[in-house]
Amino acid sequence: MDNSFFVDSAHLSKEALEKKHRLENDPSFRKNHMEYLEGMEVLQSDICQKVMAQMKSYDYAKYTAKDVKAVLEHETCSIEDFKALLSPAAEPFLEQMAQRARLETSKHFGNTVYIFTPLYIANYCENYCVYCGFNCYNDINRMKLSEQQIEHEMKVIADSGMEEILILTGESRAKSDVKYIGEACKLARKYFRMVGLEIYPVNTDEYKYLHECGADYVTVFQETYDSDRYEQLHLFGHKRVWPYRFDAQERAILGGMRGVAFSALLGLADFRKDALATAMHVYYLQRKYPHVEMSLSCPRLRPIKNNDTINPLEVHEKQLCQIICAYRIFLPYVGITVSSRESARFRNGIVKIAATKISAGVSTGIGDHESKYTGKEADAPEGDEQFEIDDGRSLGTMYKDIEGEGLQPVLNDYLYV
Amino acid sequence: MNNDDKLILGGHEFDSRFILGSGKYSLRLIEAAVQHAGAQIITLAVRRANTKEQESILDHIPQGVTLLPNTSGARTAQEAVRIARLARELGCGDFVKIEIMKDSKYLLPDNAETVKATEILSKEGFVVMPYMYPDLYTARDLVNAGAAAVMPLASPIGSNKGLATKDFIQILIDEIDLPIIVDAGIGRPSQACEAMEMGAAAVMANTALATAGDLPVMAKAFRQAIEAGRSAYLAGLGRVITRGASASDPLTGFLRD
Repeated sequence: MDNSFFVDSAHLSKEALEKKHRLENDPSFRKNHMEYLEGMEVLQSDICQKVMAQMKSYDYAKYTAKDVKAVLEHETCSIEDFKALLSPAAEPFLEQMAQRARLETSKHFGNTVYIFTPLYIANYCENYCVYCGFNCYNDINRMKLSEQQIEHEMKVIADSGMEEILILTGESRAKSDVKYIGEACKLARKYFRMVGLEIYPVNTDEYKYLHECGADYVTVFQETYDSDRYEQLHLFGHKRVWPYRFDAQERAILGGMRGVAFSALLGLADFRKDALATAMHVYYLQRKYPHVEMSLSCPRLRPIKNNDTINPLEVHEKQLCQIICAYRIFLPYVGITVSSRESARFRNGIVKIAATKISAGVSTGIGDHESKYTGKEADAPEGDEQFEIDDGRSLGTMYKDIEGEGLQPVLNDYLYV
Repeated sequence: MNNDDKLILGGHEFDSRFILGSGKYSLRLIEAAVQHAGAQIITLAVRRANTKEQESILDHIPQGVTLLPNTSGARTAQEAVRIARLARELGCGDFVKIEIMKDSKYLLPDNAETVKATEILSKEGFVVMPYMYPDLYTARDLVNAGAAAVMPLASPIGSNKGLATKDFIQILIDEIDLPIIVDAGIGRPSQACEAMEMGAAAVMANTALATAGDLPVMAKAFRQAIEAGRSAYLAGLGRVITRGASASDPLTGFLRD
């Protein structure tokens, strides 16, 4: 059973619809997803090969309850141990895994939980990724904020007390070029202590430029590490090039970024293999670049505008919790972010176990912070959202709720040096 | 305890030999460290002090407590120097603990960069307390660079594994004429006591308290352990037989005057 991703819009021309249908139904009509497009930097790196070797050889059905019990007795967690923790055999041991994960979290992070917020500055996109609300065939209100509008949004967010911001765009170089994103970073440094980016992957020199503009953390979701499955979901556009995306974090590191974040979008493919590959991506890059801060996200598929049936299939909350606990036990030093895609109930629980970073005051739409934060009627058009969020808590409420759980909310732990 | 037994750092005198580390911070932890562990020095991560009004740790430091800003987040000597200068501008005083780490997994200190930063900052009048991996040559370099103390790690930071580097810390205590402050990895009061018995000048801890079930009680336990260890050191530890038996008749009893 798979999601039904394809939705036709009445607004598309006959030609556009025809092309869309051919992309969906005729694999030979689609570009080779393993081939770089012009202008894409090719990195000579052994990381991808190592990660893929681990993923391909991972047979999670072979692990037993005995293996899992033994792992939980080990003082450290090897790659083999991690594979057992991600396996179905570990599901009955979720409580023990959570206990162990909490211990590791407290050793490395104490009881602190970092709070940040995303800011979408544009939702134009040149790609057809079938599960995403921003995809170029989806009929949504498109928008790109001007510099003045970006600054206004940032002021509204900074006034709420937020100190860390994550700037996002749709993946369109034409509409949101590197210069435009760089200007947004410069503005962000005026209002925030820490600026992160979640944009389309770029080349090393462009990461270097964005770093000079004030960005210091780069998040790129691989969506799925299964390149064959990736091909079926990313039908058109530069995002279709799987290996270029894979090396994005390494290029960001070479561009001077202080930290990088990773994720698979759970529900797109075999989630156990994707979770394994995500963690191995972190593991091997950390060994190669030990000075870099690394973090993991664990988003699950969500409904989008014009398709409210999209869901994460067999990745239920229990499976998500298992993945997060396994991540924490295997990589105790990495940050783990849990997004507002998840419910307030789940996020309140998971910060007590393993998550170290959560978003608050979230909008995945464009230019709507003032109306959302103040309730003030919007006097300008707003762009539609990338996906539906679940946890809509404001910074103030989130801060109080974290304290209420006996944890310590932290708005900044960062210094530009 | 002998009232004249002071910890002297850069000309400043302290009665307490417990220093609260940074990292896992909360108001309750600071209160417990000061009231129950008797801490007179509290480490402060400048990157956490560099925040807006809601939660600045600076607001929670009680009067009379000496701040020890650290340079966590620095990956090179140059970055550490910049953070130290920023700390001084923020009003944190002249003490600085140098932490330079180029490893996000184990957070082990980079000794070579640490020596460089120590030299620059001591010339600028800072009371420099470098966190280091216990290596005799580095410790000597730190002395020459103008450090006010040397702070070897006991085991990886936050690990609560105790004195994994015991033998090497003992060498520093024996050979270096500066206070040796055992930093990082001390997980239990008994380990703090052992470090003090060895002749450490002070012990720094954070995680051991922060992750304890009852913070004030654990804070008190640390104070008692550190005082006990210090007293034992000052008293001179009794003979410890490590191998075989000791002959009751002296081996040289046959010798004549």
